[in-house]
Amino acid sequence: MEGKLLRIRNLHASVEGKEILKGVNLEINAGEVHAIMGPNGAGKSTLSSVLTGREKFVVTEGEIEFNGKNLLDLPPEDRAREGIFMSFQYPVEIPGISTVNFLKTAVNEIRKYHGLPPYPAGDFLKMIRQKMELTGIDNKLLNRSLNEGFSGGEKKKNEIFQMAVLEPKLAILDETDSGLDIDALRTVAGGVNKLKRPDNATIVITHYQRLLDYIVPDVVHVLYDGRIVKTAGKELVAELEKKGYDWIKEEVKREL
Amino acid sequence: MNGLEKINADFATLFKDGREQLEAGCSAVMNGCREEAFEKFVQLGGIPQKTEAYSYADLVPVFDKDYRVVLKYIPQNVDMNEVFRCSVTNLVTHPILTVNGRWFDGNVEPELPEEVVICSLQEAGMRYPDLFLRHYNRYAPKADQDGLVALNTAFAQDGVFVYVPDEVVLERPLQIINLLRANADLMGFQRNLIVLGKHAQATVLVCDHTLSSQHFLMNNVTEIYLDSGARVDYCQVQNQYAGAAQINSLFVSEQRNSAFESNIVSLYGGFIRNNMYVSLNEEGGSCDLYGMYIPDKKQVVDNYSYIDHIAPNCTSNEHFKGVMDDSSLANFCGCIRVRPNAGKTVAYQANNNLLLSDTARINTKPQLVIDADDVKCSHGATVGQLDEEAMFYLRSRGIGREEAKMMMMFGFAHDIIRHVRLEPLREKIDDLIDKRLRGELSRCFHCTLPCRK
Amino acid sequence: MNDNIIEEVTGSEYKYGFVTNVETETIAKGLNEEVIRAISAKKEEPEWLLEFRLQAYRKWLTMKMPRWAQLTIPEIDYQDIVYYAAPKQKENKDWEEVDPELKATFDKLGIPLSEQMALSGVAVDAVMDSVSVKTTFKDTLAERGVIFCSFSEAVKNHPDLVRKYLGSVVPYTDNYFAALNSAVFSDGSFVYIPKGVRCPMELSTYFRINAQNTGQFERTLIVADEEAYVSYLEGCTAPMRDENQLHAAIVEIVIEKNAEVKYSTVQNWYPGDKDGKGGIYNFVTKRGICRGENARLIWAQVETGSAITWKYPSTILKGDGSVSEFYSVAVTNNYQQADTGTKMIHIGNNTRSRIVSKGISAGYSSNSYRGKVKVVKGCQNARNYSQCDSLLLGDKCGAHTFPYLEIENPTAQVEHEATTSRIGEDQIFYCNQRGISAEDAVGLIIKGYAGDVLNKMPMEFAVEAQKLLQISLEGSVG
Repeated sequence: MEGKLLRIRNLHASVEGKEILKGVNLEINAGEVHAIMGPNGAGKSTLSSVLTGREKFVVTEGEIEFNGKNLLDLPPEDRAREGIFMSFQYPVEIPGISTVNFLKTAVNEIRKYHGLPPYPAGDFLKMIRQKMELTGIDNKLLNRSLNEGFSGGEKKKNEIFQMAVLEPKLAILDETDSGLDIDALRTVAGGVNKLKRPDNATIVITHYQRLLDYIVPDVVHVLYDGRIVKTAGKELVAELEKKGYDWIKEEVKREL
Repeated sequence: MNGLEKINADFATLFKDGREQLEAGCSAVMNGCREEAFEKFVQLGGIPQKTEAYSYADLVPVFDKDYRVVLKYIPQNVDMNEVFRCSVTNLVTHPILTVNGRWFDGNVEPELPEEVVICSLQEAGMRYPDLFLRHYNRYAPKADQDGLVALNTAFAQDGVFVYVPDEVVLERPLQIINLLRANADLMGFQRNLIVLGKHAQATVLVCDHTLSSQHFLMNNVTEIYLDSGARVDYCQVQNQYAGAAQINSLFVSEQRNSAFESNIVSLYGGFIRNNMYVSLNEEGGSCDLYGMYIPDKKQVVDNYSYIDHIAPNCTSNEHFKGVMDDSSLANFCGCIRVRPNAGKTVAYQANNNLLLSDTARINTKPQLVIDADDVKCSHGATVGQLDEEAMFYLRSRGIGREEAKMMMMFGFAHDIIRHVRLEPLREKIDDLIDKRLRGELSRCFHCTLPCRK
Repeated sequence: MNDNIIEEVTGSEYKYGFVTNVETETIAKGLNEEVIRAISAKKEEPEWLLEFRLQAYRKWLTMKMPRWAQLTIPEIDYQDIVYYAAPKQKENKDWEEVDPELKATFDKLGIPLSEQMALSGVAVDAVMDSVSVKTTFKDTLAERGVIFCSFSEAVKNHPDLVRKYLGSVVPYTDNYFAALNSAVFSDGSFVYIPKGVRCPMELSTYFRINAQNTGQFERTLIVADEEAYVSYLEGCTAPMRDENQLHAAIVEIVIEKNAEVKYSTVQNWYPGDKDGKGGIYNFVTKRGICRGENARLIWAQVETGSAITWKYPSTILKGDGSVSEFYSVAVTNNYQQADTGTKMIHIGNNTRSRIVSKGISAGYSSNSYRGKVKVVKGCQNARNYSQCDSLLLGDKCGAHTFPYLEIENPTAQVEHEATTSRIGEDQIFYCNQRGISAEDAVGLIIKGYAGDVLNKMPMEFAVEAQKLLQISLEGSVG
């Protein structure tokens, strides 16, 4: 696929009147894995919320183009239908809705958007089973209420499983490593790596190095005070781990 | 004389003039309770008005209609088994029909272990006088502030009697199907008594239906006794039409290590009042009460429960949920009472509500009355909209706003319905609720009655 | 925990139970129109106020004592009560003129009436029985346009304000005790904060019952004009007597646009003795109205006293965006009974309320939370959150929770949660293991439990209130 998958230009966004993003520029090509790192409060989660269309975040300036479309015009569901998927930092528990029913609805709504008929029921279950195997999630989670009573690890695995089912063009992993033990981290990362294709891209938002040991990024950005202040290759991860974020803050200060 | 005074006076006249007819065919035990019960009704001021338990229920419009009270059994000119067909396929039960609150004379005798008794209440009073005396009207007086329960005791003539002896486990559910069918507006008083011996088990499914479009007012009482180790799964599906009113009082008496679980699903009805009184009399008892109500138009659903922890080491768990649309009104009042000796009680109660329209209303009164210290009791009540965070989650997976709303409402209801143990029934109820919430259903089950706004 | 507090805990019972020996002027026992006329005449009231009293009295005659609370209230003989009792003192109420005996009384209660000795930043109106003895810092406050005086004085000096607001929040028809108070109220405090003024000091009224056989019927009226702010505190004590005494007060609060009132109460009326003998019957109607946009009313109460408490400080959220919060700790011990809570009536759009109630029951007492949250039909986006916790110390007491949620608008979000529990043995053991005695452990745990509420009290009083909690519960844990 030619051209940029995602293009963010001078993005400013605020929540409850407070400006969090202060001019973010970012471009992502299909087939790439980008890591966005940064200290707490830098605006990492705000960026993912703005990309997915969470309503309380207001874009005050700038534009986001996704796959040639103006993303900011679209409601959250249409962004998802266009191929944006976010793995939530805190997946929401929804009692009374089983995971399988939820996914069936999502898949068919997305298909409808693209003018396709509903997934044939038998094929759907076959596909689900296949994706379960791929992402290593337990069969019994399927019929339980969505995320209800799931452990932290189960919730995150379920997010990756959903990603496998929905096959997004752009996956945003928002602090997916938080609260995971090493085994769960490996499973989650393994799932993500298996889903990598030349025609999709991944944004990994994280505070730490450990997830990036398993999902190796092509490009690493440092987000600080609402701006991307540094962009480099994967070697930046190790440097950040060694030196922390303070030197970046110093560098930014010097530049100002 | 205002409406209420007239209604109360009419009852007094009926009780006096109809006494002979009232007592005909009934056992001495039943007839022996009438006088005192009617006095109680009078003493409590007749039809409850502005009492704490009925503070949000206006009974005057419910009672203020030109109802007939028929004090004798009128044989149906058709076979009710033909007229009524349960629309829940794959549900294998022992069906028992009542018509207008009375045992249907065409009931087919179910094939059951020999010592199990299922018959009309009248017949039970005659044939099993000792058993009847031990249990009849022993539990209903618990509602000592409710004139409507006393009124039932004064006027009740028939209903269903079930006796499951010690150690007997009924494999198939008993399905009590209460049908209303008349050619004039009708008021009735059904009385059921269900007795389970030690370690006996039964599943009781009660279905309420209307088959003709007269006004109906049923004031029913069901007493359930669970001897030690007994278990009852009780499920009631209330599905009547908008012209029907029902007051449905359930009294459960639990002995040592018994377990009672109920699901009351109020799908439709003009006015529905459910009273649930559970007494945990001995250690180790447990009760789970679940309820779901989805009124719309001008329906009123009023749930009242009183769970009395008398003995230590019992648990109770109550969860009622409602979705109110149009100009409907729902009330919930739930009281957890822990008596001074009932240490180690664990009690939980919750009531959650969604209002869908500007004119729908909900009043909720969860109550804790705790007189023992070594207890774990909590309750919660909410009224609100669908969770925005959950809504965003669904939308971020490509599900549109409307569909997400439907899914969440369905999920909200299913959270209760999932406790229905009979799978075909659970699926049917889920399906009905889903259709109702989507506005796709103009009638319920195969009901042929029009329910206009 | 501070050592002094522990000493207080182990050392004292009800420490305000003394009687002041002062000559008292009273009206004969009994209630009728003549008595009401006499009270009104003593206070040299205008005709309209007498008329208000008489109407209230006539209404009261038609009313019945409310019985819905979880309380056992003995018959009260309203003819056996003295409705007016005033310590005799000279006309001129300058500080130097106040009877030394009265001065000494309030000193002993920790309420110095001399401005030099007073707590910094707190102005006090001291009321004994039916009259106000002294209001401090009146002049300082007057410089800012703040009116803080006794109710009787307000009737004389600011009749238009009183007439405009009296009964506007709690009409005399409201309930049995409101009608009674409206008929026979004696004194109380009046506060008016003009537009845009932030009251420079805490205002406080201290109520003291002293005379025998009297009832106390005070009336407080607080008006915060637009953009105004005031923090007000009410405290009360009474002597230990074997017979019960009646206290039926009314508090009315009017809050205009963008104004804020914080109303704190430390209620420590005599609770009766260990066997339930004596004590005050406390039947109080307190209500505020957030009239203007974004008005705020915060209630904070620590209820430790009284034999019987019947009290529901409430807020009518009329102005769009108005906010009200209610924080309460109610402690009952021995044979005390309390039925207390709040009402939040949401009328304006985007109104918010929050209820935090902590009940602590010990001995043979009964402690109930009763609260109503109402959202009327046209009220958009109302929010309420209520949390009501009960702690039981002992197996002879009761803890009850009676919330009423009445919601008529689909945009409302209302949430109520309640729990009942006792102090866990593991918690006490944990403290024991760290060298803390069981009694102190309970003190600590209760402090933590009540912390959310105590934090809302003005600082000076929070400390006082905390001591009070411990004293009230003394001996309740073995």
